Amino acid sequence: MIEIKNIEKSFDGKQILKGISAKFEQGKTNMIIGASGTGKSVLLKSIVGLIPPDVGHVFYHDRDFYNATRNQQKEIRREIGMLFQGSALFDSMSVEQNVMFPLNMLTKMPLGEKKDRVEFCLKRVGLENASKKMPSEISGGMKKRVGIARAIVQNSQYLFCDEPNSGLDPNTAIVIDNLIHEITKEYNLTTVIVSHDMNSMMEIGEYILFLHQGTKVWEGSNESVFDAESPILQQFIFSNKLMRGFRQINQ
Amino acid sequence: MRSLGRYILFMGKLFTNREPFRVYLKLFFDECILIGVDSLVIVVLVSVFIGAVMCLQTAFNLVSPLIPDYVISLVVRDMTLIEVAPTFTAIVFAGKVGSNIAGTIGTMKITEQVDALEVMGINSASYLVLPKILAGLIMYPALVIIAGFLAIYGGYVAGTLAGVITAQEYIYGIRSDFMDFNVFFALIKALVFSFLIVSISAYKGYFTEGGALEVGISSTKAVTNSCIAVLLADFILAQFLI
Repeated sequence: MIEIKNIEKSFDGKQILKGISAKFEQGKTNMIIGASGTGKSVLLKSIVGLIPPDVGHVFYHDRDFYNATRNQQKEIRREIGMLFQGSALFDSMSVEQNVMFPLNMLTKMPLGEKKDRVEFCLKRVGLENASKKMPSEISGGMKKRVGIARAIVQNSQYLFCDEPNSGLDPNTAIVIDNLIHEITKEYNLTTVIVSHDMNSMMEIGEYILFLHQGTKVWEGSNESVFDAESPILQQFIFSNKLMRGFRQINQ
Repeated sequence: MRSLGRYILFMGKLFTNREPFRVYLKLFFDECILIGVDSLVIVVLVSVFIGAVMCLQTAFNLVSPLIPDYVISLVVRDMTLIEVAPTFTAIVFAGKVGSNIAGTIGTMKITEQVDALEVMGINSASYLVLPKILAGLIMYPALVIIAGFLAIYGGYVAGTLAGVITAQEYIYGIRSDFMDFNVFFALIKALVFSFLIVSISAYKGYFTEGGALEVGISSTKAVTNSCIAVLLADFILAQFLI
């Protein structure tokens, strides 16, 4: 479980995050949603330690990340896997080397064991035949899958995904969403996803945190989102025809 | 001043909380090839031609019959050791290696590859930059030694082919009044310059923000700032060591 308490962050005097608190449960796909520029990615980066907040705490199973020693932070980080918006695969390494990288850097596993683990993870994301390819030779969806394999290869407990299906076609986006959801259940991960994709939210969002201009406006499940009274949330969710149609059918 | 402060903090970050040295070993050898071996062609070309031009220019300017011809090679030798081999090569090195380092790290930064390292708990600055600095400290002095030999040899070939000096006089000249301190001085310069070029270029790349345009700007700034730092350091070293 990850708990964030009263997170505040400002850049150049402009407050981006205004006292956000939330609990992300283990074994659930937790989603942070909101319009562009509302502070979702900043919040995610604050949680993983890339952008330290000005005020507030982040607890990883009761371990306060920002009050931990450097070594303790390192330990927590080694339990974190992250899928970046652009996948962030290392260009100079093949798919296999990318997935093996955390094992090379963070473990003293024998080579054979590492290869087995990488093979297992690539198979899990359906890329067992792409292991020798370079990132430039694979599609956007495949890159995301490699990113997921790299994020789970070291038996991570926490999985963070920054807009996992941005730039993907709707079919591939659903495949990636379902893969993240399945992996979360399979390994009992605490997964936090930043997205503004309504399809994703409806598909896999078990806990949803809605941000608006740096403030937490609403939290709940994807089932309760239609009943939410917040006009800002309603406006955000039902901004397209498809969702309005969905609401009509639901009603 | 703010940039200088940030640069010093960045240098500090390289050595704090770094990974074990075994991690850097393979990276170090890869960087030795990228920084050293891949720069060989340009260094060879530049130094041979500069040596050749130096020999012909010196011969052209030494018009007095009172000055013996061997002085031409003596001048070529001393200019090569003191200035051309370490400093001129540094400018070429900044252009080739500096821009490459800034471009590579800058691209890694804007494509979140640096963030990916940080999330894994790896000191990204140390992981990306330290092997480059160590490789630069080993390979650049080697390049300077090669450049020195080749510039003197370039002068020999040009001088003898153009008929401005005989082979015997040229060899006599490069052996006369030889000060071995000049070699030592050239190597000190090489170490300082390589550190400055690699670290400044890495710093510029590491703090790139934005997109492709900013990566280009970082690469340009890396070369410009490295050249300025090299020339400044050249002056300071000359002031204190000669």
